[in-house]
Amino acid sequence: MRFIDEYRDGEAAKKTAEMIRRVTTRPWTVMEICGGQTHTIVKYGIESLLPNALTLVHGPGCPVCVTPLEIIDKAIAIASRSDVLFTSFGDMLRVPGSSKDLLTVKAEGGKVRMVYSPLDAVKIARENPDMKVVFFGVGFETTAPANAMAVYQAKKLGLGNFSLLCSHVLVPPAINALLSSPANRVQGFLAAGHVCTVMGYEEYFPLAEKFHVPIVVTGFEPLDVLQGIYMTVRQLEEGRSEVENQYTRAVRREGNVPAQNLLREVFRVSDRAWRGIGEIPLSGYALRDEYAEYDAEKIFDVGEIRTQESPLCIAGMILQGLRKPSECGAFRTQCTPEHPLGAPMVSSEGACAAYYHFGEYRGEGQL
Amino acid sequence: MKQIADFPAGLACPIPLTEYKNVLLAHGGGGKLTQQLIQKMFVSQFDNDMLGALHDGAVFPVGNMKLAFSTDSYVIKPIFFPGGDIGALAVNGTVNDLAMCGAKPLYLSSAFIIEEGLPMDLLWKIVLSMKTAAEAAGVSLVTGDTKVVDRGKGDGIFINTSGIGAVDPAAEIDPKNARPGDKIIVNGPIAVHGIAIMSVREGLEFETEIRSDTAPLNGLVERILKAGKDVHVLRDPTRGGVASAVNEIAQSARQGIQLNEEAIPIGEDVRGACEILGFDPLYVANEGKLLAFVAPESADLVLNEMRSHPLGKYAAIIGEVVADHPGIAVMKSRIGGTRVVDMLSGEQLPRIC
Repeated sequence: MRFIDEYRDGEAAKKTAEMIRRVTTRPWTVMEICGGQTHTIVKYGIESLLPNALTLVHGPGCPVCVTPLEIIDKAIAIASRSDVLFTSFGDMLRVPGSSKDLLTVKAEGGKVRMVYSPLDAVKIARENPDMKVVFFGVGFETTAPANAMAVYQAKKLGLGNFSLLCSHVLVPPAINALLSSPANRVQGFLAAGHVCTVMGYEEYFPLAEKFHVPIVVTGFEPLDVLQGIYMTVRQLEEGRSEVENQYTRAVRREGNVPAQNLLREVFRVSDRAWRGIGEIPLSGYALRDEYAEYDAEKIFDVGEIRTQESPLCIAGMILQGLRKPSECGAFRTQCTPEHPLGAPMVSSEGACAAYYHFGEYRGEGQL
Repeated sequence: MKQIADFPAGLACPIPLTEYKNVLLAHGGGGKLTQQLIQKMFVSQFDNDMLGALHDGAVFPVGNMKLAFSTDSYVIKPIFFPGGDIGALAVNGTVNDLAMCGAKPLYLSSAFIIEEGLPMDLLWKIVLSMKTAAEAAGVSLVTGDTKVVDRGKGDGIFINTSGIGAVDPAAEIDPKNARPGDKIIVNGPIAVHGIAIMSVREGLEFETEIRSDTAPLNGLVERILKAGKDVHVLRDPTRGGVASAVNEIAQSARQGIQLNEEAIPIGEDVRGACEILGFDPLYVANEGKLLAFVAPESADLVLNEMRSHPLGKYAAIIGEVVADHPGIAVMKSRIGGTRVVDMLSGEQLPRIC
């Protein structure tokens, strides 16, 4: 495949890995924010190519992992209603709520459908005027424009039976929260390339300056990730803390302005709870009052939700990079992808599932 | 009905403990949940050596010959898809399960569960397709059954086929027989069937139509078995894909498996579709593919024989059996890193971003 294979080239990867080894003289801890990058790192065994002095920690950038339990329980309650056709991206269906997941709702007779785009949910709403069609709008700045577009179109079409259950989160406030924590040990960041495709990277300059950390906007193919790591380590070794752009083929400094305008039209920035981390001020999107009639949280009264997290799960520590999945007592024993105790075991982007599926294999017969 | 209290202490659970109260779709996905369901529900109760082998079919002696017996049900949606239909699939699937036992498929049964209202001409097309597939595979459909269920109680048509085949007396094909050094050969590009179905289901239109690879593999297997006695395992990686198949064999044989990503043949169109759909081709279903585990000294011979068969033109050695990490499959990625290839857990769900 042209324009993809070039970024998976074995020779180029070896060269970049060698450059990383040569530039690394001390132990460094680098966090990749985005779950898509975690996926690439484990799928291609990138850690097995890195010097031991370099520690990668997997950040909170997996949408299914940080969506709060309360919202999942609300989704489950809404999807269980007989007048609702609930639509969602695939991997949200398996995220454990307090008592079950959306796939179980489906097995129990609920109308739950997987879609590839929120605009498909709008189409389903037009085709099923007797049903209330709800789309589960989760994710970071990357998925937000399409969800905003779905609501915007639904309003334009005068669709009375479409709504969005919105739980959008934003990357920069999360980086700010992680770096403000006294327990923080992250020294450099790979920023999420696709988030920056939408938002640009100007909002990262104050963070790099305030906390003296290098932030490198990085893509998702193995060579992108290796190059992003190289650029971050080089900054660390040289004592620099700048915002750099590795992903120049997709990211412009100012981002995608029309998408940002649409986001401002439909959403307002709001406080958000992050599963495993807690409430972070001004760290997410909520629908503006002008779009309240498309807000599933306002339309459906699901009563009081009492959430119950597994006491064994240390997802919060993992999402903050304080622990690795293999350091969790429940990992691979009580907690598996078939019976996830916490969200990072669900999506293949989640740090725990990524470790489970692809293993941390250093080539010494050790897993 | 017996209540939990009726059971003596220590047997307090009348149903084998699973953490699911209801069957999920994922229990039929061919991955870990399927494996658990089969083990806990079926194998534990129907307990016998033949079933316990968890082969594609059972192999047993009758007089002075060995027979293979296998069954499979087909519930595919859509009924007609690029490259095939439920009828061809139902014949080829059971033919292939028998072939994977090292058997020459002979006789098939076919049971139809038809939903009221299915257009007669559709049924006719399916029957003609089964006839063509049976002729191509050299098998006869010798017995069958027909049931019609109320409208809404079936999905158009479900077909079950069972089959009997005569096992090649020289062949010792068993997943347990994989041994260190064995080369793993696949007969062509993987993940075609699953993507052909997904692209129709999702209404995706690619520049070229991806057609299912459904095909009878018994001719190819005959050629493989003629080529060498050192064929230890044959497996068609259907549901759950190549990844699940090699995991099952690694566990049965208690050996490790090492795959080489760069060597695994995948069509450009299928690779592109997997990127778009968010699927890993290693976990996508095949219907005309087999994995042959062959002793290293015979591997080239078998590979060449496979390549001379129309269904093996693009055969390739994709990995080998190793003594390290028994029960675990590992893959060298195209950039040189190493990762574990686990069995599919539940259904493969596309990632959000």
